Amino acid sequence: MAFVAIADRDHEHALHDPQSFIRKYIWSQDHKVIAIQYGVVAISIGLVALTMSVLMRLQLGFPDTFNIIAPQEYYQYITMHGMIMVIYLLTALFLGGFGNYLIPLMLGARDMVFPYLNMLSFWVYLLAVLVLVASFFVPGGPTGAGWTLYPPQAVLPGTPGASWGIICMLVSLAIFIVAFTMGGLNYVTTILQARCRGMTFMRMPLSIWGIFMATILGLLAFPALFVSAIMMALDAVVGTSFFMPAISSMGETTKYSGGSPLLFQHLFWFFGHPEVYIVALPAFGIVSDLLSTHARRNIFGYRMMVWAILAIGCLSFVVWAHHMYVSGMNPYFGFFFATTTLIIAVPTAIKVYNWVLTVWRGDVHLTVPMLFAIGFIFTFINGGLTGLFLGNVTVDVPLSGTYFVVAHFHMVMGLSPIMVVFGAIYHWYPKITGRMFDERLGKLHFWLTFVGAYCIFLPMHYLGILGVPRRYYGYSDAIQFIPPSVHEANQWISISAMIVAATQLVFLYNLIHSYFRGPVADGNPWRATTLEWQTPQTPPKHGNWGKDLPEVHRWAYDYSVPGAPQDFIPQNVPHSEQTPAGREHGVPT
Amino acid sequence: MSLTVAYAALATGIIVWAVLVTKLRAKPWEKQIAATPEGTDIPTVSPKRIGLWIFLAVVTSLFCLFLSAYYMRMGQHAGHGMPTGGLGDWAAIRDPSILWFNTVLLIFGSVAMQSARSSVARSQVEQTRVRLFAAGLLTIAFLIGQWFAWRELRYSELFSPLNPAVAFFYVLTAVHGLHLLGGLVVWARTLARSLRKDVELIDVRLSVELTSVYWHYLLLVWLGLFAVLLST
Repeated sequence: MAFVAIADRDHEHALHDPQSFIRKYIWSQDHKVIAIQYGVVAISIGLVALTMSVLMRLQLGFPDTFNIIAPQEYYQYITMHGMIMVIYLLTALFLGGFGNYLIPLMLGARDMVFPYLNMLSFWVYLLAVLVLVASFFVPGGPTGAGWTLYPPQAVLPGTPGASWGIICMLVSLAIFIVAFTMGGLNYVTTILQARCRGMTFMRMPLSIWGIFMATILGLLAFPALFVSAIMMALDAVVGTSFFMPAISSMGETTKYSGGSPLLFQHLFWFFGHPEVYIVALPAFGIVSDLLSTHARRNIFGYRMMVWAILAIGCLSFVVWAHHMYVSGMNPYFGFFFATTTLIIAVPTAIKVYNWVLTVWRGDVHLTVPMLFAIGFIFTFINGGLTGLFLGNVTVDVPLSGTYFVVAHFHMVMGLSPIMVVFGAIYHWYPKITGRMFDERLGKLHFWLTFVGAYCIFLPMHYLGILGVPRRYYGYSDAIQFIPPSVHEANQWISISAMIVAATQLVFLYNLIHSYFRGPVADGNPWRATTLEWQTPQTPPKHGNWGKDLPEVHRWAYDYSVPGAPQDFIPQNVPHSEQTPAGREHGVPT
Repeated sequence: MSLTVAYAALATGIIVWAVLVTKLRAKPWEKQIAATPEGTDIPTVSPKRIGLWIFLAVVTSLFCLFLSAYYMRMGQHAGHGMPTGGLGDWAAIRDPSILWFNTVLLIFGSVAMQSARSSVARSQVEQTRVRLFAAGLLTIAFLIGQWFAWRELRYSELFSPLNPAVAFFYVLTAVHGLHLLGGLVVWARTLARSLRKDVELIDVRLSVELTSVYWHYLLLVWLGLFAVLLST
């Protein structure tokens, strides 16, 4: 009983619905509003990054036709595109957006345990985004150091944005980490402390497991980025030599002496590799729930899925230097990290098998969320397999400077999580807005995005094997080893990229139009088992559950249970009454 | 990085083992009518306490990483393919002697905080206020002392931002000091609440307890940092 008592006591005051517009929608402490705030900001800044990628593709595909961007702008866009997509879009959207929305609802809590801190987390995140955007308007523009911000070039003249841009970036990252820490403390504590009665760890949906482990990774790994950001900012502003070696720049000897660029790489990737899983684990969790729900089958190997998430989380801290094979570090280190990289592929592969086996012979409903979830399996297997190539030192060395890396990275870290983001938005859209989206537009969005993305990234593998270097602004005829077919491939990729980018407008139109004009959604349109679909109102009101908190009696995957009258049994239905008398599950009131 | 890796492995290991492993053997797909685990999974600890401990884990990660960077910068990546044997541009500094005095202040601050915690447990309003106040004052004195240490080093002949030993001294003490400043904000709020005329000690008990945990933690961090600074 103490379980419920704690949850209740902490949120007694929260039951009083805030009345004023400002308290309700702006300075809101309601996790659902904060989730939407996070989502809107993350998607908005993501659209900026998407636009930059279109401009870059115009340059790469048609260098002589469009003279929109100059070389230094190309580097600035490449940097901002990478950083925004990885940190400010994906991390913020999965944890700040979906984490915020789903944790209390899926666990049967009224809100996060620290609502004020939660609100603060969003506003500090917004500040980080604003500082990042401000770097477009400072003298010299944003940094063009590449998203990894490697010193010494990041702070030396000659690199775009080496004066103000890099400072804005580092400050923005530091602010982001503060915001993330505030949010992360909330997510972990809520999962540990505010689950409703009966919601044991092993009854939690895999979405929550993924978000939980990703948050722990973030809390332990983001400090590495914080440390490197502070030390690099000091190198740039005060003139310390943490990372900056003795070096001549533009024909002049700099004041720096003896710093270690490799130290930065170690710190950056000690954050950077867990960051891959900070994004991937929530995606793994969410996609498991989507597949199970829309295939009407219990998830295959639930316990193994949980263990795999935990194993991936732990192992992700010992693979970072596989990003540094060409940095000049000791080859024996490379051997060690190649081995750990292959080991981490095992739990990842287990998850892939389990997803496939979940769908296998299921009652598959090809809804829009399901299409995106299946699309994710394709892109993830594709990106994962090329990861095995790059994880081995001897293969990585010739490939690491080429488009093969761009293709691998975008498949596994760009496209795969984005497929899940789309799937998840479509899946929870009826719960968030109370309206259904347009199914036909959703399917159009899926097919154009999925096929289009393959048209973009599949040829890049071939470009990489041909040895086409990445990070180049243009490939003039003077580069002898690049055949004409590369230029044609680049044109093809660029056209595909523009079609895919334009397709996202369909997605946005669907979201906005359906919000006002879409048909009113059933409280549980997918006939799902998890608690968020069992709320008394749709969209859930402040406090989520009305007077009484729900009570959980079973795991989250009771689909197609033999003998049950329906093909799903919600988590809050006791074993004694598999269909509660006089009650339809999740019908809005 | 081995220090940080060890810490990260330990932290995740502890979380996985202590919190989860015993519960991960469950088979949630089986019917659990008789043995419903509802009653067995009751957290009786306040979320604030859990939140603080998680925060301390994050701060530990931060300081471990700083110290990893410290040692790696000192040794210039022995074994990483970089030049080895020798400290490169690292010129060891003589740590300001006032640091010893500051350390004593912080220890007393921690002791005062602990005694405030004992007072609040015994429901002694006046003693709680006085000891809480003393703990804060001692901590502020520590910070002022750190400022003097900064000045002393600033005007010594060894001062140069290019010397990583100097730069690290400032960075490490500053980061530690900022954490103490953050703690002082919470301390001020707790003190203000305890000074109210209608104060019920039960209301401030948790705050005092958690503040004292934070103080002890930052004392430990400082002792660790001081030991590293002295030994290098």
